[in-house]
Amino acid sequence: MTAQARFPSPYDLKAPQGAEGWREFYPYFTLFQDELKSADEKRFWFCDAQHWPTPFRPFDTIMVEYACKCLGQYNTRHLLVPPANGVDYRIHNGYLYMSPMAVPPDQIPARVPHFLERAGFYFQNWNALLEKWHVKVRKVIDDLEALTFEPLPDMVPKEWIFEGRGLDNTYDLIENYDRAIQLCYKAWQYHFEFLNLGYAAYLDFFGFCKEQFPNIPDQAIARMVQGIDVDLFRPDDELKKLARLAVESGVGDALMSGSVEQALAAAAKHPKGGAWIDAWNAAKYPWFNFTSGNGFYSADKYWIEHLDIPLGYVRNYITQLKKGAKIERPTAEVAAERERITKEYAELLNKDTRPVFEQKLGLARTVFPYVENHNFYIEHWSLGVFWRKMRELSRLFMNAGFWSDPEGMFFLNRNEVREALFDYCSAWAVGADAIGPHYWPQRIEQRKKVMAALATHKPQPALNEPPDVVTEPFTIMLWGITTDRISSWLNGATNSGQLTGMAASPGAVEGLARVIRSADELDQIKDGEILVTPVTAPSWAPVFSKISATVTDIGGMMSHAAIVCREYGLPAVTATGSASSIIKTGQKLRVDGSKGEVTILS
Amino acid sequence: MSVRERATTGNGAFATGSARYVISFDQASKDDHPSLGGKCAGLAALIAAGAAVPPGFAVTTHAYADMLAAHDLADQIAARTDALSAYDVGGQARIAQDIRDLIRTRPMPAEIAAAIRIGYAELCDRFGPDLPVAVRSSGTAEDLPEASFAGQGDTYLWTVGVDAVIERVRDCWASLFTARAIAYRAKQGLGHLELAMAAGVQKMVDARAAGVAMSLDPSNGDRSKIVIESTWGLGEPLVSGEVTPDCFVIDKVLLESVKRTIAPKLRELVADHRARRTVLREVDEARRNIPSLTEGQLRAVARTVKTIEKAIGVPQDIEWAIDPHLPENEGVVLLQSRPETVWTNKKTETAPARTYATGIEGVLSTLLSPLAARK
Repeated sequence: MTAQARFPSPYDLKAPQGAEGWREFYPYFTLFQDELKSADEKRFWFCDAQHWPTPFRPFDTIMVEYACKCLGQYNTRHLLVPPANGVDYRIHNGYLYMSPMAVPPDQIPARVPHFLERAGFYFQNWNALLEKWHVKVRKVIDDLEALTFEPLPDMVPKEWIFEGRGLDNTYDLIENYDRAIQLCYKAWQYHFEFLNLGYAAYLDFFGFCKEQFPNIPDQAIARMVQGIDVDLFRPDDELKKLARLAVESGVGDALMSGSVEQALAAAAKHPKGGAWIDAWNAAKYPWFNFTSGNGFYSADKYWIEHLDIPLGYVRNYITQLKKGAKIERPTAEVAAERERITKEYAELLNKDTRPVFEQKLGLARTVFPYVENHNFYIEHWSLGVFWRKMRELSRLFMNAGFWSDPEGMFFLNRNEVREALFDYCSAWAVGADAIGPHYWPQRIEQRKKVMAALATHKPQPALNEPPDVVTEPFTIMLWGITTDRISSWLNGATNSGQLTGMAASPGAVEGLARVIRSADELDQIKDGEILVTPVTAPSWAPVFSKISATVTDIGGMMSHAAIVCREYGLPAVTATGSASSIIKTGQKLRVDGSKGEVTILS
Repeated sequence: MSVRERATTGNGAFATGSARYVISFDQASKDDHPSLGGKCAGLAALIAAGAAVPPGFAVTTHAYADMLAAHDLADQIAARTDALSAYDVGGQARIAQDIRDLIRTRPMPAEIAAAIRIGYAELCDRFGPDLPVAVRSSGTAEDLPEASFAGQGDTYLWTVGVDAVIERVRDCWASLFTARAIAYRAKQGLGHLELAMAAGVQKMVDARAAGVAMSLDPSNGDRSKIVIESTWGLGEPLVSGEVTPDCFVIDKVLLESVKRTIAPKLRELVADHRARRTVLREVDEARRNIPSLTEGQLRAVARTVKTIEKAIGVPQDIEWAIDPHLPENEGVVLLQSRPETVWTNKKTETAPARTYATGIEGVLSTLLSPLAARK
């Protein structure tokens, strides 16, 4: 990489037209500040469009603040990962930029004994600690579910007077808001309790394989480790079961048209409809706590609140079943293939290295299910309940006249929400008009305009001067950011209709492109098309039975798109940098997921 | 109907005893190998290991032996070779020529010729009349590595018509007695009549692409890779280094390519059917810079290499070709396979493998020395 090759400085990147004033949305500590210009310009920042592909609504920065903080705490303070602290973060022009924090070399040795003791304890007691984790996370979910956001009554309940309670309804209301925020914070702490270690053990096996079998495809290693019965895939499996039950019991036709209510009413009239509706209701909890996004945005739609989404997928599966298609995941084949691959690589090793291979593989397989499953328990289920509760609160405000959009609250940051809540409570107590209904509506409208302006421009892939070589293990594994990748960004390697990225899931196909920018557009996808998108979420699983390949702008070997594609046996090329803006819907593509190449054929 | 079936159950006067003289490659059993000569036995072994080879048959060493017996040639040859050392180089060459003429001018016994006619007719039934074939010598000493030269004979490409085939088989027998082969055997102390010569009659491969493959990465000995070199047309210019081939590195377990270098391929050796020979010609512009193998063909070559290595049990060095007359992805034929020697022999000399920490210690060393920094 040449010395002058660098990305722009955030201090030179002005707001897009119409987006001036965006900085007011976000907490000061998430912004590049003039006072720190010389320090922050010396640091390399990459854009994390994999997790945060669209600009943040003001409220939504809660997720990145907690995610980065909690990722950091485990590396830096719990486990003392010797070479790596956390990942620092800034928001610029609405997008997220990250900068990994290396530990100064002279401080590394002192951390080693602590790491061995602490991380060693986790590895040795993995399953027992994981059982505790499940209990803790279920408690968070139950506590969130128990929170209520009721409109304030005209009078404090009589019973509270007689029992000498001495408090009013605003006390619980404010406390419930604070508790919801804290429970979200707790969920994020638990999210990272095992994750970094899971990746580290995976990385250890990965490094061993790369040394024994130079140039072994990354996906070969992933396929040896990847789980078969993964909770993350259960929601989609449930829909497939429902579709099969519908077809086998003859209820399928009744479900095919109308709204959810109409379809369920039609099914209820069928002799076997009752059994199907029971199965539908049984599947909802917990499996419909599933987002069509990634859980990080207030705009995410969760199945449980939008039953038309899972029903739409069920209808699609019913159609496929009637055509004689096989919709179930080929789990037996995937499992057999995993064992075949593992056995064949093991057989290539000599008697000294084979036990090492088996031990490292064993550890990786012990820890890796967490890497896949946490996503269901945290992002889908815990955060799903959190967002549902926040929408309840937003509607309470709406009914109190603070705004007219049920989602209005998310255009305030979470500290502004607390102020607005106090405004509401205070005015109620004083017997005056709240200020919010006069203050917020025009500000929310203005912020929506700014958001729209921010969304019109694409983020820079990175900022400032890149390092000579990327060594930070988590950056490589989670974000797919390697020295080569940065070079290709800098060279804007987009000549002659050829894009390169990470070979994330094997196979090669040709087909027509369908460019999708958000989960709302998923219903446009037609059978056999190639999904081209900035990033996918695993919850898009139901469309994976329709598409023939996936191309994403960003994401590593272990990104959600890569994992799901391997599970579904579809070719995938991730981390192309810019496929979703270069490729147009309807273009003919050739996607080679074994080589990481995408060719625009016409 | 196979050559063997036709020869043993056929209606003609030739049936009895024909199987003694002609054995189809794909019908040869292990017991037949000694009578096939090294080259044909190697092809039969490849078929047994699961590979396709260009179809054909062996004219066995029994045919050679019966030819000598029919004309009392053994004594006449021995009389000539016994006196060899008395001659200078020019004299030896004359003697050698004399022996070859002895063999070439004697008629082939009718039963042998009949068996060859049946064998060739069967190939023509399958692939068309007047099928061009290669007639190759297949000596019994070829499989002695240190004596590989001893039984080496000639190969006759683009032979067409059964009379020509019969002539060429006799030429193969005669080629056991080139001056060079005689001198070599003398030096090695091998008796001139201890060796026998079979001949292979094999369909010419009108290769669309051809090349070589190793069942390990020759650059580092990594046995999880298959390295395939490929060029347009026949493989000879690649083997002799006249063209720069495409190079593919394939992961042996996944059978996915991990690295590829597509070379500009300026010339190709192809069949000139009318002239019954090969010609080296310019590759048309459109094909110069594209891969000489399709994805399916690449995978088929790799799969074949993997299968053969597994069946034979040691890393292999293979010559292959794509036969355009066979269905896509089934068109890989092997021309030859021999054990890889460089890395296979080196194995015992390598330093003891580095020791690896496992468990938390392993995780720690990985975090301290991340992979990307090691690259």
